[in-house]
Amino acid sequence: MSRGARGLLAVAAALVLAGLAVLACTGLAPLGATRHPYRDRAVDAAVRHVTANVVSSVNFDQRGLDTLGEETILLAATAGATVLLRPSEEERRAGRRRRDVRPSAHPPPGVLAVTRFTGLVLLPVSLVLGADVVAHGAITPGGGFQGGVVLATAVHLMFVSGDYPALQRMRPVSLGEWLDPVGAAGYLLIGVAGLAAGGAYLADVLPGGTFTDLLSAGTVPLLSAAVGVEVAGGVVVLLGRFLEQTFEIGEA
Amino acid sequence: MTALLAVSLTVVLLAGLGVVMTHDPAAQCVVLGVFGLSLGVLFMVVSAPDVALSQIAVGTVVLPLMVLLAVRRAAQHTRAEQDPKHPDPQRPGSDRDPS
Repeated sequence: MSRGARGLLAVAAALVLAGLAVLACTGLAPLGATRHPYRDRAVDAAVRHVTANVVSSVNFDQRGLDTLGEETILLAATAGATVLLRPSEEERRAGRRRRDVRPSAHPPPGVLAVTRFTGLVLLPVSLVLGADVVAHGAITPGGGFQGGVVLATAVHLMFVSGDYPALQRMRPVSLGEWLDPVGAAGYLLIGVAGLAAGGAYLADVLPGGTFTDLLSAGTVPLLSAAVGVEVAGGVVVLLGRFLEQTFEIGEA
Repeated sequence: MTALLAVSLTVVLLAGLGVVMTHDPAAQCVVLGVFGLSLGVLFMVVSAPDVALSQIAVGTVVLPLMVLLAVRRAAQHTRAEQDPKHPDPQRPGSDRDPS
């Protein structure tokens, strides 16, 4: 297709998309409006289930099945990326040979001392922050998904501060390969427990506790923790596969 | 409130344009991170801190890093293929005998 035709097609598609977006948005309740039927129902249900963070109540309680689908997508994506990015035997041999000839410098050139120091200081801080975001998902903004990503990226501060060998020695990928399916299975099993005790899959069967307590909101913190474990493992495996391709096979 | 919303929407628009107009894929990763951050700010402005947290973690850190690593690996592969006569010790398989 010629450049002009492509441009024409892009403009036509953008116009159609813009028209549909305007049409869709005019039907929405205005921002900050007092009448909002869905909000009223969602907040009522969250309060009934003693969940202070309404968003977590929607994610893990009122729409728990949707979250099950989403975390299964992540598990499938991680498995797919692992299969696609796995090194062939030949690539492994070539990588090992090059590392024997030319071992990578340590510390690697081009990484500032202040970068290394900041990475080192922020590593434990980020790990604690990630765990905190997962644990408080039911009562403050955050939850398993956000906290899981923070946990996974925290480990990679070692890579940012130039210490890829240390990251490899920790072998977070091998751990992540376990955590990812274990978290997903945990979510499934909590759902089955709801089916056994409450008569519905993912039913909130645990006592609600006291509003805004760390251990309130029934099954919400448990499901959030399961998602946290799964997401942390999945993101570590995904990033680990990309890093392996780039730094162990592509260059020593 | 409306002014803040207008400003953050405009920043998202400009950052999105920046991603599209950047032609070098490696530089695009950095602009993509800025775009992700501007979306995070927009979500904060419309009182959605949960979504903002997800957006900042995924859109400004994980996604650009993944794209950057993929771009770098693809560039290594292209260089190794373009230059088969001069084996580069950094490239995989380039030190193999062609027979």
